[in-house]
Amino acid sequence: MLLQPLAGIGGKANGLFSRVGLAGRFLLETVYYSGMCLRRPRLVIKEIYFVGVLSLAIIVVSGLFVGMVLGLQMYDTLDRFGSGEVVGMVVALSLVRELGPVLSAILFASRAGSAVTAEIGLMRATEQISAMEMMAIQPIARVVTPRFWAGVISLPLLTSIFNVTGILGGYLVAVNLLGVDGGMFWSEMQDSVDFRLDIMNGFDKSVIFAIAVSLVAVFEGYHATATAEGVSRATTRTVVISALLVLGLDFVLTAFMFRGI
Amino acid sequence: MSADSSQSLLPDLLVEIRSVSFGYENNLVLRNIDLTVRRGQVVAILGPSGCGKTTLLRLIGGQLKPSRGEVMVDGLAVPQLDRDDLFQLRRKMGMLFQFGALFTDLSVFENVAFQMREHTDLPEEMITDLVLMKLHAVGLRGAHELMPAELSGGMARRVALARAIALDPMLILYDEPFAGLDPISLGVVSKLIRTLNDALGTTSVIVTHDVATSLDIVDYVYLISDGRVVAHGRVEEIRASSDPFVQQFIKGEADGPVAFHYPTGDYASMIFPGHGD
Repeated sequence: MLLQPLAGIGGKANGLFSRVGLAGRFLLETVYYSGMCLRRPRLVIKEIYFVGVLSLAIIVVSGLFVGMVLGLQMYDTLDRFGSGEVVGMVVALSLVRELGPVLSAILFASRAGSAVTAEIGLMRATEQISAMEMMAIQPIARVVTPRFWAGVISLPLLTSIFNVTGILGGYLVAVNLLGVDGGMFWSEMQDSVDFRLDIMNGFDKSVIFAIAVSLVAVFEGYHATATAEGVSRATTRTVVISALLVLGLDFVLTAFMFRGI
Repeated sequence: MSADSSQSLLPDLLVEIRSVSFGYENNLVLRNIDLTVRRGQVVAILGPSGCGKTTLLRLIGGQLKPSRGEVMVDGLAVPQLDRDDLFQLRRKMGMLFQFGALFTDLSVFENVAFQMREHTDLPEEMITDLVLMKLHAVGLRGAHELMPAELSGGMARRVALARAIALDPMLILYDEPFAGLDPISLGVVSKLIRTLNDALGTTSVIVTHDVATSLDIVDYVYLISDGRVVAHGRVEEIRASSDPFVQQFIKGEADGPVAFHYPTGDYASMIFPGHGD
């Protein structure tokens, strides 16, 4: 009786670990079969359109608003210490180091990751995956790898666009609304944002998030139960797991990149 | 029909299934099945829903491995093939899935061209000619620009059929090709299965529970129930069979060897607990 809850926890943990192992193996398979993407880049380009180009609107709008809110909030606090003009630096650093990669990845997971999961899941539910196997075509090569690489390529680019629009949003609020000097805004930013430490580390983060989110999306879709309910669960899981994974990874990466632990 | 008139020099049996069982110890889906398909024949595997027919088809296609027994296709032991050899064998097979399983993001033309593009490096003009030929054979040349979502159920099935014959397979597997079709589409699809089989000189295995339609077009019938082959023979033999199960199945009677009621306890004791005590 006492063992019941323990066994329950053990079972859950076991399930979790075996799923992580499966995902790892799936990633290896995906990389192994990636030759198809090099031979037929068109397949990847088509997917980049779906996951990347069609996510532009949400990324640009969100970036703009996040930058504007950052500008408002930061200026308010900084002005109390008489250093309102460093708002440009604070906005840029927060975006480039943290908010850009993390928020873009979460937005990308909800907009594109969920769509990829639903698409692959439905392909499984309607036997399209089986049909491909019966045609002697490896579905991981034909269906999974183009979507995976499209995600890995698109997210870092979207993150850069998010950062740029965010900084523009911060500029609009700080300079046009709150009256910070435009020259100060940019020069403070230029002085304190380091290309290697800030921009490249942020970019590296976005690449790692891109791999994580894309893997979760294709993995959940490919292993979705072949029913309407199964696909809806897989889609939800993609968004939830991606968000948690991105936040968790962000902590670890930040610790290594900026604190030098 | 072509069953007995096979003059081919190739080994006569294209598919051989010998004492195959599938499933877990306590829950066997297939029990000790023996089944053979001769070249050139159209063979129907008939049986009630959930009796393991589709499993049998997946064993032939190598998507599942039997727990016991042998599955031979074209002289090769399917379960023992490695991935490359299995894929090599599958290039010679076509399969029609229950609801077509057309690729929804590709047009009708691209669906039929799919395997040609993946497996061959034919020039574009030849692919166009071949695809239009295949579509013409199923009467849908005019629909080549449509997307799968724009097709009716019967048309989708015909496109899937054109896709299944795209590379002129030696064996075509049909998973419930008649399910959910209106009477006209049913007639069209069943006639196509027969004529394509004879015109292409291929062999067909049809898994279905549609007795009336399939008995009209096939050469040989296997009746499966509860994971076992309960009867097999040529169409006229099956029609003339006196076996009660065969008769129930062919005539579609509600009760018989296959009981109407799901197995359960005594009716009275379920309604009045303690009644019989």
